[in-house]
Amino acid sequence: MTANFFQARGPSKKKTGKEKESIINPSLQPWVEKYRPETIDDVSSQEHIVSVLQKTLSSTNLPHMLFYGPPGTGKTSTILALARQLFGPDNFRTRVLELNASDERGISIVREKVKNFARQTPRAETVASDGKKYPCPPYKIIILDEADSMTQDAQAALRRIMENYARITRFCLVCNYVTRIIEPLASRCSKFRFKPLDSSSARQRLGNIAAAEQVPVNQAVISTLISTSSGDLRRAITYLQSAARLSGATEPPTPIFPQDIQEIAGVFAQTVGVDVPPTQSGDEDIDMADVTPLTVKADLRGFDLIRETVKLLIREGYSASQILIQLHDIIVEHPTLTGRQKSACALTMAEADKALCDGADDELWILEVALRVHKVSHPE
Amino acid sequence: MLWVDDYRPRTLNELHYHVRLSQRLKSLAGSGDFPHLLFYGPSGAGKKTRIAATLNELFGGGVEKLKIDQRVFITPSRKKLDVNVVQSNYHIELTPSEVGNYDRIVIQEILKEIAQTQQVDVSAKHRFKVVVINEADSLSRDAQAALRRTMEKYMTNLRIILCANSTSRLIAPIKSRCLLIRVAAPSHEEMLTVLNHVAKRAGAGLLPQDMADEIITDANGNMRKAILVFEAMKMQSPDLSSSPPIVKPDWETYCYKVGDMIIQEQTPQRVMEVRAKLYELLSHCIPPTIILKTVADRVVQKVDESLKADIMHWAAIYENRMRLGNKKIYHLEAWVVKVMSLYKQFFLGIELGDLDDFI
Ligand SMILES: Nc1ncnc2c1ncn2[C@@H]1O[C@H](COP(=O)(O)OP(=O)(O)OP(=O)(O)O)[C@@H](O)[C@H]1O
Ligand SMILES: Nc1ncnc2c1ncn2[C@@H]1O[C@H](COP(=O)(O)OP(=O)(O)O)[C@@H](O)[C@H]1O
Ligand SMILES: [Mg+2]
Ligand SMILES: [Mg+2]
Repeated sequence: MTANFFQARGPSKKKTGKEKESIINPSLQPWVEKYRPETIDDVSSQEHIVSVLQKTLSSTNLPHMLFYGPPGTGKTSTILALARQLFGPDNFRTRVLELNASDERGISIVREKVKNFARQTPRAETVASDGKKYPCPPYKIIILDEADSMTQDAQAALRRIMENYARITRFCLVCNYVTRIIEPLASRCSKFRFKPLDSSSARQRLGNIAAAEQVPVNQAVISTLISTSSGDLRRAITYLQSAARLSGATEPPTPIFPQDIQEIAGVFAQTVGVDVPPTQSGDEDIDMADVTPLTVKADLRGFDLIRETVKLLIREGYSASQILIQLHDIIVEHPTLTGRQKSACALTMAEADKALCDGADDELWILEVALRVHKVSHPE
Repeated sequence: MLWVDDYRPRTLNELHYHVRLSQRLKSLAGSGDFPHLLFYGPSGAGKKTRIAATLNELFGGGVEKLKIDQRVFITPSRKKLDVNVVQSNYHIELTPSEVGNYDRIVIQEILKEIAQTQQVDVSAKHRFKVVVINEADSLSRDAQAALRRTMEKYMTNLRIILCANSTSRLIAPIKSRCLLIRVAAPSHEEMLTVLNHVAKRAGAGLLPQDMADEIITDANGNMRKAILVFEAMKMQSPDLSSSPPIVKPDWETYCYKVGDMIIQEQTPQRVMEVRAKLYELLSHCIPPTIILKTVADRVVQKVDESLKADIMHWAAIYENRMRLGNKKIYHLEAWVVKVMSLYKQFFLGIELGDLDDFI
């Protein structure tokens, strides 16, 4: 069980008595952990990666690896599942070292840890306590999760470490942004790109979880889960769980509707863009890039109207980053704006995105974007 | 104690507005598979209140028995960090932004410690402890990265509740690991209900409608501000029916004055005067972003339509620079000069234009 697997590697591992006690009811795990893939075959959507890794399972030969891709696409799950399938439950602890961004990863600390870990010679038991056979190849795996938060210096030092211990260790680097990994390090690894989950795999996985949890969901709900989570399965699963809890709170359970998912996901109702306060839905053909909200005082015009709209959006709690994403989608698909106008909008949004990443104020930048988009889409 | 604290709802049932959200939180808290949460929304919308009520729903009244600890952390460079932590038997509350760039160390140490201890109270309703992280949007990148795997690995012993104004500054993997809970500011009517409720509980007598409207409009969705202003007005003139003028915070009035000064005169002399006022505001710990936004709002109310967008554009630009730079005053002042020059050019432009007609 995934839960116990983590638990066993947790701090209580020495006190065997405690460990018994702490075996928790798996139904009490948040679903993202409960349904973490246990074998690499459970990993959805990344068929290419899985088939390559399957070969390494039988040949037991493993290159250094670099996994990269957006959040919630299965990187951590895949390497953990692979390691478990290679070594089985008994040897996992002595063969796999996981270092993530919450561990101290200064150069000297990494070197020390790897040195100690790699020193003990691998010892293979082929039949494990659970009666299954594991390949148990003669090397250890070092997982550097969230490697993009390692400093350049630490990464540079890692090159030597990788070479020095090449005989008995394999490294697996996991990160979101492959560009943050220095080239000499990246070039030593086989690279695996994890794609955002395609909708049919995500649909299947979500359907299975819903079935296992006995949550009645229809296809429309699943489609909404997928469209609101943009390829991040972890988020989709969390939304599903949250909706299930809400529906289960009444007796008999209330059916789940797509709107519930949208509410949980915090997106505005589908047809509403930056220009319309989010509580207001309906009205299919509002001119989206046209900053003319309906509920703002009717006598407002021009600047004051836009200012008031932005104030409302901020009062509603929407974050600038969310608003930008949705506004972007609307503008890109906008039926009447010209290419030139769209480019001008894109430029503004890019600037805003950068500013927000630097920590700039949400309200000022949404106002800035709204004013510029308005100006561009209303040439005098 | 202040009314904001005295009459703060303690449980999800007592919460006044966003009833559907309260229900959602209740259904989540009813089960041990409670996910990590990220509450976000404007100041004074009721995030903290809602978090406290959710904790109450999870663990019962025991979460209100709080201890405050001074904790000391040592950085790798041997610097000592003092951090205040508020905790009960079931949860712990941190504001890591207090220690600036060292926040990662604090987060790391505290989370590991919590993750490795089991719930002491055997009768506790849940096995996990909750760590509430305030002002999560000012966590450094490093601190956010340090949260990532910890949030997954120690799920059995640990749940995290983040509280932030905006999600824009949080990295995607953190947002992916939490259920996002948007807390919108209450509407005018909702605020009115709360104010009347507070008036009744405080025995303050009937709150006149026009006075309530004025307080609410002024508070712009900030429930805390509305209650504070209401209490201040009640203190100043116990007889509310005489409709006393609304109490504005000094700094706000001061910012308006700065705005007016910019409009009245655009000279180097005036820049110096404005600078003195800005210094005064900064020295009273008014956040520079708030100063800039308040002054800008005042200025745009008083200028020609064609100037407004430009003035806000430069406010956005200089606010951003202010965050990246070190000396806040430089950027505030640069904006002031920019606005003065725009304003002056505008008038010169009109005069020259008039001349053009004659030639
Ligand atoms: N491809 C997948 N197949 C099955 N489940 C998945 C997949 N991707 C994600 N999940 C689900 O999402 C959860 C998180 O996945 P995982 O930890 O592997 O993400 P990650 O790619 O490492 O993300 P991050 O970059 O945020 O660390 C898993 O526990 C699992 O429930
Ligand atoms: N749902 C509510 N019902 C009634 N009063 C509330 C509610 N939410 C907040 N308040 C009042 O507003 C004050 C500020 O709320 P707080 O939770 O501190 O806001 P935030 O954390 O969003 O800044 C509280 O002290 C309380 O008196
Ligand atoms: Mg991961
Ligand atoms: Mg607060």
